Order: sequence, then structure tokens, then C-alpha cells
Amino acid sequence: MPRPTGAAHGRGAAGIYLSLIVLIPLAAVVSKGFDNGWDGFWSAATSPASVSALKLTVVASFIVVAINGVTGTLIAWVLVRDDFRGKSIVNSLIDLPFALPTIVAGLTLLALYGPRSPVGVDVAYTRIAVGLALLFVTLPFVVRAVQPVLIELDRDMEEAAASLGAGPLTVFRRIVLPNLWPAILAGVALGFARSIGEFGSLVLISGNLPFKTEVSSVFIFGQIESDRVAAAAAVSVVLLAISLVVLLAISALSRWAGRHDA
Amino acid sequence: MTPSRVSRITLRTVALGYLAVLLAAPVGLVFYRTFEHGFGPAWQAVTTPEALHAFWLTILMVLVAVPANTVFGVITAIALVRHRFPGRALLNAAIDLPFAVSPVVIGLALILVYGEGGWFGSWLADHGIQVIFATPGMILATMFVSLPFVVREVMPVLREIGTEQEQAASTLGASSFQTFWRITLPAIRWALTYGVVLATARALGEFGAVSVVSGKLQGQTETATLFVEQRFHQFDLTGAYAASFVLAMLAIATLLSMNLANRRKRVAS
Repeated sequence: MPRPTGAAHGRGAAGIYLSLIVLIPLAAVVSKGFDNGWDGFWSAATSPASVSALKLTVVASFIVVAINGVTGTLIAWVLVRDDFRGKSIVNSLIDLPFALPTIVAGLTLLALYGPRSPVGVDVAYTRIAVGLALLFVTLPFVVRAVQPVLIELDRDMEEAAASLGAGPLTVFRRIVLPNLWPAILAGVALGFARSIGEFGSLVLISGNLPFKTEVSSVFIFGQIESDRVAAAAAVSVVLLAISLVVLLAISALSRWAGRHDA
Repeated sequence: MTPSRVSRITLRTVALGYLAVLLAAPVGLVFYRTFEHGFGPAWQAVTTPEALHAFWLTILMVLVAVPANTVFGVITAIALVRHRFPGRALLNAAIDLPFAVSPVVIGLALILVYGEGGWFGSWLADHGIQVIFATPGMILATMFVSLPFVVREVMPVLREIGTEQEQAASTLGASSFQTFWRITLPAIRWALTYGVVLATARALGEFGAVSVVSGKLQGQTETATLFVEQRFHQFDLTGAYAASFVLAMLAIATLLSMNLANRRKRVAS
């Protein structure tokens, strides 16, 4: 065991490090957001451009994670229960959006689905492009949450249900899906948190058109560039609040999933 | 559940088709576009002084931020798993913040503390230290975004291995440093490696937070990811694609080492 003094020093250093890099800066954002009191915060956060950006961010994130819930579960199922050549390569490919820089992700999507598209699909600077970029960066969350649960899932129940005459769809709906729900929701929540703050993959492909394709993070960036820091901070506070709620939901979910296992 | 062969193949086709359309095809196309006019132009584009400087700056970010977060990560993981102290729950919750905060907000947060007119701004200016729109601020941004990985990978392993061996070692007269070096570190090494790889990938690819605090001074505060954006806006697609290709190769190397470290981690536990 480390000596108590050494451990205490270590903890102190870790606390200072975390404070200087994360906590004090985030506190500064909240403080700046309320520089002009509640009214100043409210009028900045509810300006038409800011509300439009927030609405797009939240709605697009909901749609994207709902799609992820379906496709992610499907991909996890195929990776666990199916067998085909090259499966391990596909399995590694799933993590690519985590490893690939977001600006590169945006550029690759723009190359295929932008003005110079070789397949003639040009969705650049539309809301579809926003959704596409968010789908790309959030792809791994549900797959990686569901996969381990599916591997561990006892197949006896499914076989029993099938032998009693349940069709594959019924077995999936009544036996498999109830076991996967906590994992799917956890993946969806993580994807949502990521999606709410996404920036890099959107800057090139969304065109950042106010009231059309401008999400909150891009809006904040524009406010900083044009030196309206208080307005940027106010919208940041709203994003921080949403993230905080999502984080709390995730920890509640993981407690629920823990009880589910036991 | 054994769905019929037809439905299994249908599901497989849909899943793989989705991955192809969203992931494989766009990335593949950028690889193709990079070398469309041969190897020469791509090579030239990523070996200009500006490009080399950008890649060097990115490497510098990784070289400072990742070791700092590794030391912080191990100390914090040990503190959180092995000790009870006031503020423990708060520390544990705060670790995850970088996962949930938008990169742009991170950049803004750093400006508000370390920038001109920020909380520490005048003190820093008095001492002639420029953080924002300079390398130190970009390093802080990179530290922020890559902070949680090592802690989160090491914590579960520490919990799993328990304290029996550590206690045995210290009973036999090992100092706390010897115990850490000979007992704890070998036990957590693959989880630590995995965390370091994840943090490196995140640090290499960071764009938003660094973009906000960099001031985008071409050839000065421009990392590899900012270089990609800048080349794109200058209509130099070859440059943007070639730099993206290098970053994508680094990402793929990361994936391979992630797989390796993950496998070792599983074998070890």
C-alpha cells in the first residue's frame, strides 16, 4: 500500500490538474453565460438563430440515434450470430469512426455525397448531410454496447421458445429484445451525447447555413469568431445542461442494467 | 433462434450494405482520390514545409498531452479504486465530462480562463505567457479531450485484481514505489496500453477545441486536422485528401493496436 502522505499528494496533484484543465474552464463558461444575469442569458439563448440551431441539433440527434438503435442492433446481431468471410475485418471497421479524425470523416462524406460525387448524389449543405455526418460519427456506440450482451446471452431460452413453435420474429421480439434493451438505450444515450456536441464532421459538409444547417456547436463557433463571447457562452450553457442530463441518464441506465443482470 | 437461410442472408446484406454506404465507400473514395494523379502529387502535398510543420505540431500535442494524461490517469484510477476520501464521487463524475462536452465549448472554456480578459489572462500577460492563439492553449485543449481514456481503462482492472498481492508485497518490506512498479503496473499494463492508444487517437484527431484556441495562424498554430480544413478552403483538394490519407492511416494503425492490446488484455485477465 502506498504511504498515506504519498497517496494524498497524488490525489492533490490529480485534483489540481483536473481543476485547471476541466473544472475551472467549464465554470468560466457558466459564469460568462450569466454575466448579464438571468435575463442576459435568456435573451442570448433564445435568440431566433440560437433557438433554430438548438432545435436542429436536438431533433437531428434524436433521429440519428433512433436510426442507430435499429441499425446498430442489426449490425451487432450479424456480427455475433452470423458467420461469413471477412467478419473480423468488418468487426474492426466498426471502430473506425472513433479513430478517424472528425474533419477527415466530414471530408470523406463530402467526397462521395457532395458536389463532385461520382455516383451523382449531392446532399451537401442540406439537413440530410447533417444527419449523414452524425450517423457516421455515432455508428459504433450502439453496436459496441449491444455486442457483448448478445455474446453472453443464453441461447437455451431462444431454443426453448422456438421448439414451442415461436417463429424467429417472435423469438427476437419476446426473448432477445427484452434482454438487449438496456444495452441499446445505453448506446443510444452515448450516441446522443456525442451527437449534441459534434462539430468537426459537420463544418465542411453542412455548409453552416443559419436557420438551415447550422447546429449549435457551429453556431457557438461563429459567435466566438465574431467576438460575441457572452452569446456563445449562453448557448454553451444550454449544451452543457443537456449533456449533464444525458450523463445522469446514462449512469441511471447502467445501474438499471446492473440490476437486470443480477 | 435459427432464422431461415434466406432471412439470415438478407439481414447480413442490409447490415453490410449500410456499413458500405456510410463508412467503407466514402473512406475508400478519399483513398482513391488521393492517388488519382499518381503518388507524386500526394507526396508533394504532404511534404511542403507547411504540411510538415502541421504534422509536427500534431505530434507535439500527442507527446505532451498523452504522457500527462497517462500519469494523471494512473494516479487518479488508484485514488478512486483504492482510497476513500472527501470529493471522491465528484472526482469520479468529473472525469467523464470531456466525453460529453462539445469541442467548441471546450475551446471557449479555455479562452475564458487563459485568454485575454480571461480569469487568469492578466496574470499570464503580466508574466509574458501567451496561452491562447499559441501552442500552450492547443496543448491544454488536447489534454482536455483525451483526459478520461486512461482512467476509465485502468479502473476496472485495478478493481478486479484486488489488493492481496500489493498487501503481501508491502508485508514483505517492499516500499510503496516497489509495490507499484513490481506488482500493480505489470497487472494493469495492457489496460494502460489500451487507454494510451485511445487517448493518442483522440489527441491526433482533435479538431474543434484546437481550432477555437489556435487562432488558425497558417504555418504557426496549424495542426494536421486544421491543415486539412485549410487546404480544403484553399481549393487544394489534393492537399486536403493527402493529409486526410495520412491521418486515416494513423487511425487504422490505432485500430490495429487497439485490437492487439484488447486481445492481450483479455488473455491477461
